[in-house]
Amino acid sequence: MIRISTILAAALVALGLAAPAFAQDVVIPRESWTFAGPFGTYDKNQLQRGFQVFKEVCSNCHTARLLAFRNLDEDGGPEFSEAQVKALAATYTIDDPDADGGKRPGTTADRWPGPPQTPADLKAAFGLVPPDMSVLAKARNVEQGFPAWFFNYFTTYAEGGPDYIHALLNGYEDKVPAGATDAEGKPFALPDGKYYNSVFPGHAISMPPPLTDGQVKYAPGPDGSTVPLTVEQYSKDVAAYLMWMAEPHLDSTKAAGFEVIGFLILLSVLMYFVKQRVWRNEH
Amino acid sequence: MDHQTSKYVPSNPVVRWVEDRLPLINFVKPTLIDYPTPRNLNYWWTFGAILTFMLATQIVTGILLAMHYTPNAAMAFDSVEFIKRDVNGGRLIQAIHETGASFFFLAVYMHISRGLYYGSYKAPREILWILGVIIYLLMMATAFMGYVLPWGQMSFWAAAVITNIFGAIPVIGDPILQLLRGGFSVDNPTLNRFFALHYLLPFIIAAVVALHIWALHVPGNNNPIGVEVKDKTRDTVAFHPYYTMKDLYATVLFCIPFAWFAFFAPDMFGHADNYIQANPLVTPSQIVPEWYFLPFYAILRAIDFNFILDSKLLGVIAFGGSILILFFLPWLDTSKVRSGTYRPAFKWFYWVFIANFLLLMWYGAQEPATPVIGPFTVADTSKLSVVYYFAYFLVILPLLGRYEKPRPLPSSISESVLKAPKAANTTTPAMPAAH
Repeated sequence: MIRISTILAAALVALGLAAPAFAQDVVIPRESWTFAGPFGTYDKNQLQRGFQVFKEVCSNCHTARLLAFRNLDEDGGPEFSEAQVKALAATYTIDDPDADGGKRPGTTADRWPGPPQTPADLKAAFGLVPPDMSVLAKARNVEQGFPAWFFNYFTTYAEGGPDYIHALLNGYEDKVPAGATDAEGKPFALPDGKYYNSVFPGHAISMPPPLTDGQVKYAPGPDGSTVPLTVEQYSKDVAAYLMWMAEPHLDSTKAAGFEVIGFLILLSVLMYFVKQRVWRNEH
Repeated sequence: MDHQTSKYVPSNPVVRWVEDRLPLINFVKPTLIDYPTPRNLNYWWTFGAILTFMLATQIVTGILLAMHYTPNAAMAFDSVEFIKRDVNGGRLIQAIHETGASFFFLAVYMHISRGLYYGSYKAPREILWILGVIIYLLMMATAFMGYVLPWGQMSFWAAAVITNIFGAIPVIGDPILQLLRGGFSVDNPTLNRFFALHYLLPFIIAAVVALHIWALHVPGNNNPIGVEVKDKTRDTVAFHPYYTMKDLYATVLFCIPFAWFAFFAPDMFGHADNYIQANPLVTPSQIVPEWYFLPFYAILRAIDFNFILDSKLLGVIAFGGSILILFFLPWLDTSKVRSGTYRPAFKWFYWVFIANFLLLMWYGAQEPATPVIGPFTVADTSKLSVVYYFAYFLVILPLLGRYEKPRPLPSSISESVLKAPKAANTTTPAMPAAH
């Protein structure tokens, strides 16, 4: 007979040999996100604030080609009202060869129009075209060492992207820290047009520090509550928003998961008794 | 084939009319209903049914995805995002297909491990085993090509690295490489042919599965004691309802962790870089295959030295050989005893083999320069694992059959079942926690 304990022992031996080899130079802290874990859902107010940061700051340079205005009033997202989204879309001008003059006001069916500059302008300004933000939060991750990735299977940790973005936005240093070295151990030399970021791989990032305290003026929440107008708060809100933009159906997927797993557990119990009943006389 | 089967005459006149002309029920009855199955099969024998279920799941979700997917290098990435965002239930269909690939491989590794432990490859089941290895190879090809379809960075670079392996073959390597890629580099023609083949291969797998089941039904199932059925009434039960119900129960149990990942963490087994659209000009910092290919990837990379042949070709030989060696397993294992339960020395080598396989999996995910113990890196220590992998098949199994003294076997299946105390009966779910 193959015993489970033997298998676990074999797996632990293999993993134990693996453990010492993991090391990481920057530790990116795990933030507490409302959408973490099987029970997590997006915080509508946070997504609305995050959208404001995205709209007023990020989208000046970054595109988000997969986002449509209509997504902003869909369930499980920022859930702006339909009227708000219509009004917002109408403030943008969309290139449309079929319209008079080749331009028309935006509608909710339109995709996010992107920054006014061309990619070539942006490349001239920053040295590269800023990445599209549609699925950016899923395209970034935090490296997980041995015990962590194993526990992630049970906690369903999938927030490496927002954790990284939050850490990156708070990782800027005004000056290269004393004693900083590059990958080869030589004193760190910051190339022209780059900024020092302790979280970014290689530490020389092309994006200037995008956020400053008090830069985005949040309106008070529906219940009159306010949040601090700090880089820390902005970066959390925008990271949450980017996660929603990358994974817009997270809430409904998890809700379906509970129904499916609940059903499967019930069915497995029933199947167990059916099987026992069938085998009763053969035992 | 089976003398216990009697001809079934339907009482409904319409069904009888059809049955007289096309005897479908009488075709299915001996193979899926009356099929005599050893009564002592444990839960490791349920993975056959689980795999059939997974194949069906992948085909159904795959067809739904193909209805919305665009196999074009400029549009593939966005079309997968379109499925996730705008197709009704699209995120779920995609998540089930993506997670399903991992659970399909998890189940096939369980199934193969069971065959290795209980000697299911031994006479008279050699062809059954070989068909299984063919299915496994087809699964690998299908999974690899499916991974390329979303056209993310990992998709693209995995395609480049894996097709490149074939380029190392002397003389015919280059033409094969160009045929696989449809050109000199991975591009739109590669994506198009991979999509066509990714759609085709699962149906070929289904056909080989039919042969696999046919080849199973000639000698009948192996079983945990490895002693053949001697008395049909005492040693076997009908497949239905005994094993249909047990297999269904196991399949439902298997679906619980499957659903856990599909619904709560669908990208857990994937790589973040695959959310970046393929870019031939930017190489990812580390190219890693999916977890189920890692042991073989580790074997490929471990051969980084020249020995008579060039290291690249040698690596490809080791890589291909590590899978192809399974075809010869029925003749490499010289022991007359099937079940590992009655082979005291084999057991140890078997479990070391399993641990070694997991270790190779870990090596495959690391950079070769990663330190392991003292001054030794992955590139060094993984060579030991490669040696053990091949030694298991080429040295240990052939010699063990000669020198090992097996424990005495029970004289029959019914004896082994009746002798066991009731609580430890193999037909009770001794290990539901396994799923």
